[in-house]
Amino acid sequence: MIAGIPLTHFLIVSTIMFFIGIYGFMVRKNLITMLMSIELILNSVNINFVVFNKYLYPHQLHGHFFSIFVIAVAAAEAAVAIAIIINVYRRFNSIDVEQASDMKY
Amino acid sequence: MNVVIFYTFAAIILLFSLLAVTSRKILHAAVFLLFVLISTSGLYFLLEYYFLAAVQLTLYAGGIVVLIVFSILLTSGIDDRFPLVKPLKAAASGGLAILGIVLALAAVLRFPFAAASSNALVVDMKTIGRSLLSYDVNGYVLPFEAISILLLAAMIAAIVVAKKKGEKQS
Repeated sequence: MIAGIPLTHFLIVSTIMFFIGIYGFMVRKNLITMLMSIELILNSVNINFVVFNKYLYPHQLHGHFFSIFVIAVAAAEAAVAIAIIINVYRRFNSIDVEQASDMKY
Repeated sequence: MNVVIFYTFAAIILLFSLLAVTSRKILHAAVFLLFVLISTSGLYFLLEYYFLAAVQLTLYAGGIVVLIVFSILLTSGIDDRFPLVKPLKAAASGGLAILGIVLALAAVLRFPFAAASSNALVVDMKTIGRSLLSYDVNGYVLPFEAISILLLAAMIAAIVVAKKKGEKQS
């Protein structure tokens, strides 16, 4: 734990970051920028896990390992999502969600 | 000193995550996302979880951002600008996000977090490796194996989805 910084300041940062990600997910229409918003959301959740681990349960490592697993899941998700995005681009010549309206071709 | 570093990182995270979702050039948005991820790894260094910070740097800031930049270069023009968001949509989404922030922070700030009484564990590579592969109370061998199968499945799925399907689609 860091002397002089309360737990809630970390939580404020991660909460604001989470909702900025939500805002980006609602506003953006490009598939890649929507994926970037999801990365922001996952990242803010990771900060929460790590900080709770450090401040409230420093004798265990549950939050630490949970965020490692979340990072692994995020990497897998990004790989699959980008494969799908490239396929969508080949099919519709655009990665705008408004254009790619049908899922079956 | 730590306090100054923390607030600097927090300011960088908030500023650049806002820029990453509002920037109208897609490559700029990716670079802003990179700044956010690197600052997050700085927070982990500050919390003395060095392994996690290294994983964040290599996997997130290294791997995922490079993947995103590659797919940007494959799918969109670098000089393209997104059209401006419709004001009504921006206001509605922004209002919802701010409402969410207010509600979540109202709940968080009123909750009395009990300070930890136990002394901190030293997190070195030996501890991390032993807990990842042990199957007693604080072991994580089952999620570790599940994640490894998930990564393998994702790798195969990415190859299968992204490869060209013969000549018939041309």
